[in-house]
Amino acid sequence: MAWHVSVYVTLKPSVMDPQGATVQRALNQMGYTHVTGVRVGKFTELEFDGSLSEMDVKKQADEICDKLLANPNTESYRFTVEKK
Amino acid sequence: MRFSVTVFPGSNCDHDCEYVLRDVEKQDVQMIWHKDTDLKNPDCVVVPGGFSYGDYLRTGAIARFSPVMKSVADFAAKGGLVIGICNGFQILCEAGLLPGALIRNKGLKFICQNVYIRVENNQTPFTNACKVGQTLKIPIAHGEGNYFIDAEGLKSLKDNNQIIVRYCDEKGNVTPEANPNGSLENIAGICNVNRNVFGLMPHPDRSGEDILGSHDGHLIWQSILAAKVGAKCAD
Repeated sequence: MAWHVSVYVTLKPSVMDPQGATVQRALNQMGYTHVTGVRVGKFTELEFDGSLSEMDVKKQADEICDKLLANPNTESYRFTVEKK
Repeated sequence: MRFSVTVFPGSNCDHDCEYVLRDVEKQDVQMIWHKDTDLKNPDCVVVPGGFSYGDYLRTGAIARFSPVMKSVADFAAKGGLVIGICNGFQILCEAGLLPGALIRNKGLKFICQNVYIRVENNQTPFTNACKVGQTLKIPIAHGEGNYFIDAEGLKSLKDNNQIIVRYCDEKGNVTPEANPNGSLENIAGICNVNRNVFGLMPHPDRSGEDILGSHDGHLIWQSILAAKVGAKCAD
């Protein structure tokens, strides 16, 4: 048994996302004119061994996001935990 | 004066800093590998530019956890002078030694060119040789130099007069056109509340003598040297 954690990091809504804006312009030019917003983020997968409880996995994943995977100044994060 | 320049895997302006301090400013310089924790008793620590850890995850995000950064934080907490240039500025922000963050340039492109910056505050150990309103010509070379801080943080920066340099035109006008990367309010460099930690995106290490196109960076180094005179530095 192991734990699989999927982490999504995105720029906060208040932070300008020039990459997302560029992707949106490209999509609009490609004919996808109904696309009215694009935000580009990061996706990270973490594997934990099965010796931890689900609660501990969540606690550690939260710390990992706070300390390293996301910068709280500019980014927010969310994650899901699955048993594998 | 003794300078310690930190060296991370991927630093590439460490030798620019070493050169300007040793050969141009005639100071004592030592290089400190990121795994070392002994800063070797410096008067000032320089966190140089480059691409520490390949900019993986975010610029500076991994370097801030290098062993040397704990020593840099302790040194700064005791009042020691710390200057972070370009990637060094990004690392100091990630480490929480300076507020805010540097995100992707507004135009998405890596920009390598001379820019002008206006000195907004000269009551610091890093700008005391400049006049307020003075324009410095100093190059930038970065892809993530777009300074961001939330509204509350910006107010705090202003209340404490921590905005040290802003992007401007040749005549010193701070305009949107003179802002190369989308930085909030043209911010190019800030210090901490205690004035002993300074970060900026432009490179005073690459502008210390005329042969490089500008010697204006020399004023930053001269300020630091002047600050040392009579000042009690951290052990």
